[in-house]
Amino acid sequence: MTESRIVVSDLNIDYPGARVVDNLSFTLGNERLALVGESGSGKSMTARALMGLVRKPGKVSASQLNVLGHDLLAMKTRNWQQIRGNDIAMVLQDPRYALNPVKNVAQQVDEALSLHQKLSSSQRRERVREVINAVGLQDNVLPRYPAELSGGMGQRVMIAIALANNPKVLIADEPTSALDARLRNQILELLVEQCEQRQMAMLLISHDLPLVAEHCHRVLVMYQGQKVDEMPAASLPGATHPYTRTLWTCRPNAETYGTMLPTLDRTQNLKGESNGNR
Amino acid sequence: MPSYLFFRRLLRSPAAVCGMVIIALLMLVALFAPLLAPFDPNWQDAAARLQPPNSQHWLGTDSYGRDLLSRLIYGSRPALGLVLLVTVITLPTGLLIGILSGYYGGWVERVLMRFTDIVMSMPRLILAFAFVAMLGPGLVNGALALALTTWPAYARQARSEIQRLRHSDYLAAAEMSGIRGRRLLVGHILPLCLPSSIVRLALDLAGIILAAAGLGFLGLGARPPMAEWGAMIADGMQVIFDQWWIAAIPGAAILISSLAFNLLGDGLRDVLEPSND
Amino acid sequence: MSFITSTLHHLRRPLFTLVTGLFTLALTLMGLLIITFALSAFSPVDPVLQIVGDHASQATYDQVHQQLGLDKPLPLQFWHYLTQLAQGDLGTASATGQPVLHDLLSAFPATLELATLALIIGSVLGITFGVLCARFVGSPWDLAVRTFTLLGNSVPIFWLGLLMLAFFYAYLQWSAGPGRLDDIYQYTVESKTGFVLIDTWLSGDRGAFLNAINHLMLPMLLLAYYSLASITRLTRTACLSEMNKEYITLARAKGAGDMAILIRHVLPNIRGTLFTVIALSYTSMLEGAVLTETVFSWPGIGRYLTTALFAADTAAIMGGTLLIGVSFVIINNLTDILVRITDPRVR
Repeated sequence: MTESRIVVSDLNIDYPGARVVDNLSFTLGNERLALVGESGSGKSMTARALMGLVRKPGKVSASQLNVLGHDLLAMKTRNWQQIRGNDIAMVLQDPRYALNPVKNVAQQVDEALSLHQKLSSSQRRERVREVINAVGLQDNVLPRYPAELSGGMGQRVMIAIALANNPKVLIADEPTSALDARLRNQILELLVEQCEQRQMAMLLISHDLPLVAEHCHRVLVMYQGQKVDEMPAASLPGATHPYTRTLWTCRPNAETYGTMLPTLDRTQNLKGESNGNR
Repeated sequence: MPSYLFFRRLLRSPAAVCGMVIIALLMLVALFAPLLAPFDPNWQDAAARLQPPNSQHWLGTDSYGRDLLSRLIYGSRPALGLVLLVTVITLPTGLLIGILSGYYGGWVERVLMRFTDIVMSMPRLILAFAFVAMLGPGLVNGALALALTTWPAYARQARSEIQRLRHSDYLAAAEMSGIRGRRLLVGHILPLCLPSSIVRLALDLAGIILAAAGLGFLGLGARPPMAEWGAMIADGMQVIFDQWWIAAIPGAAILISSLAFNLLGDGLRDVLEPSND
Repeated sequence: MSFITSTLHHLRRPLFTLVTGLFTLALTLMGLLIITFALSAFSPVDPVLQIVGDHASQATYDQVHQQLGLDKPLPLQFWHYLTQLAQGDLGTASATGQPVLHDLLSAFPATLELATLALIIGSVLGITFGVLCARFVGSPWDLAVRTFTLLGNSVPIFWLGLLMLAFFYAYLQWSAGPGRLDDIYQYTVESKTGFVLIDTWLSGDRGAFLNAINHLMLPMLLLAYYSLASITRLTRTACLSEMNKEYITLARAKGAGDMAILIRHVLPNIRGTLFTVIALSYTSMLEGAVLTETVFSWPGIGRYLTTALFAADTAAIMGGTLLIGVSFVIINNLTDILVRITDPRVR
């Protein structure tokens, strides 16, 4: 890890009546970091804060919030528009809702390009074709509308849109949650492949710990807005924090067949304990 | 939503409060008109014609020497009577047709919806006009005509809501408990459609007040010499360039009444169908 | 797929939509005809008396009664009514003595011109204001526009017209008075199309043209305000509810600015709603014309209807109602068809 692409220190996100992210700190270098937790843990909010997409009445505060050297706390709208989709890009969960229903694939990928690069229309067309092929799709998908795409194809289109400008950081917010099991690994492998090729860092957000552990270097576990555990993915089988253990072991497989699946005892105080590297 | 919660939320909307206050005032004025009006609205005093506002006639007099303030006060009666009449006809008709077609589906729905579409395409004011022209002027005819052309939107809305909820677990549970037929329709389905219908009604009434005033203006509303705001404007049109207040004041009353329903409707909508602004 | 089969395949759905839409249109028109027929059939006004007058003998009365076919059963009378309509015979206006169709054709362009111009102004301004309000939601501008449009929805249009006339014409003497043209031009300009702007332009008389514009100002702005009020509100609401959707978040994540998002993403998606709103507004204009024309002495359908009303001219009233009703139905149904054809989501 030579440079830190993302530096987050004491991030707080407050909504009237609730603190959604509480005192979160982490860094991201040229690596793949998984942000894992259940619904309501604050992981999606963290991602939105890094893109400046936390809308009123939410309030973001931190002692440090840096992406690629840009101080996000002091950013003006115009600067945001410059780095979003360009230096840092985002992939959302469900392509059925995240893609514009009345524009075809070509137009949507093209928009990502024309917002940030000055290219002629034939150059743009070339780039669009390049990035569509890079995510494993054929050219014939270009004139199609989102309603005409399957879940997997739609997700690939979203990834293509994110990759169009060669960002240095990719934030993937539950990119596989809307897909069936077979596709999940395919999409994650695609993401990993693109990260390696483009030397791109990735922040992968998910609720499925075993799934993302295969594909990421490090894991950060969140619970009710706080970070409760952080460790290299390889150390996960030996995790000691009760919440992490439960997440890790709760997925049924051949070995757990016939046995009771572990449940979490939420009465114990899970927060405020942390393990591993800080 | 339980009623106490509903009213508390409603009171937080300044628009709704404003609207409700004005409507309440209107109802009081209409109810106590004989006590509030200083003069008989139809009594003509030829000597006091076309007077500007003065100490005896606070709003002046019209071209027949009738006190404008009294006519204004009494004019609230046909206005509110119309509102009541239209509500009583439109809401039940629209909801009934909408609920029946949404619940039973099939050819019942197709026939009813086709009928609804046809009535919906008709020009409201023009048909009211033709109705009244053919069947004779009068408040009831006008209200009837307006109501008969307004119910389709309610039917449409109720039907689409029921279609959404038709296969919901909520209704399935009720049916499994043995509730069906009329009890299901009235006790379970109706409360689901009612909120949005009431919002629509409040907003529609604003427009209906204007339409009725238009009919009165054209001489198709309440029969003269009955005091009706639209007709009063027509009276004032003759002398608009000199005694402009005779036409201006009743119009302001219409404006305020319509505004009240618009505000109430906006407030109701914010409470019953909240959207993130 | 070859080009031909591909085209046919793509045309299949729009064609189907068109056919079903036209069928609904036909059905609705039939319903309208039944209603207008029923109104004149069941009206207490006696059409025979209208023609023969009060002092005719019983024999004359009977003769005219038979001539009008009033002794035949109702369904036959309805058929008679339909065939007459198909030939363009809407009866004779008792007030003018002319065929009703002729009267309507000379009066309709005036209303059409007014309503169309008002709609163009109202919808262009309305959509612009609605988008701006959505962009700057919560700002003083937003509040001001919302108040302005709220008033527009609550004000009786004929009253406002009356006041405007009194203020701008009588008091300030800025605008021209009632009517479409000043008296001097009334007889010098030849009425070729019925549209005063076109006719005065064609006549080459610049003064007449400017005068026509002057006369159009007040009623046009009045109706435009009316349509602006509802179009702005509905555009704003549609934009705001669309902006909550996921694909807008993604567009923001791509780096698109707020205004670009509204114009390039939101507007195309609410296109259908906007078409419907504009069509609705167009029909309101036609209705509003009935009231406004009385105030401005505008020689259109509205004034024709009101004069027919006071002359108890049933044929004219029914003819006028039918014309406006048919316009309504056509506008509504065509818009419905248009919306469904242009929505790529329905592919």
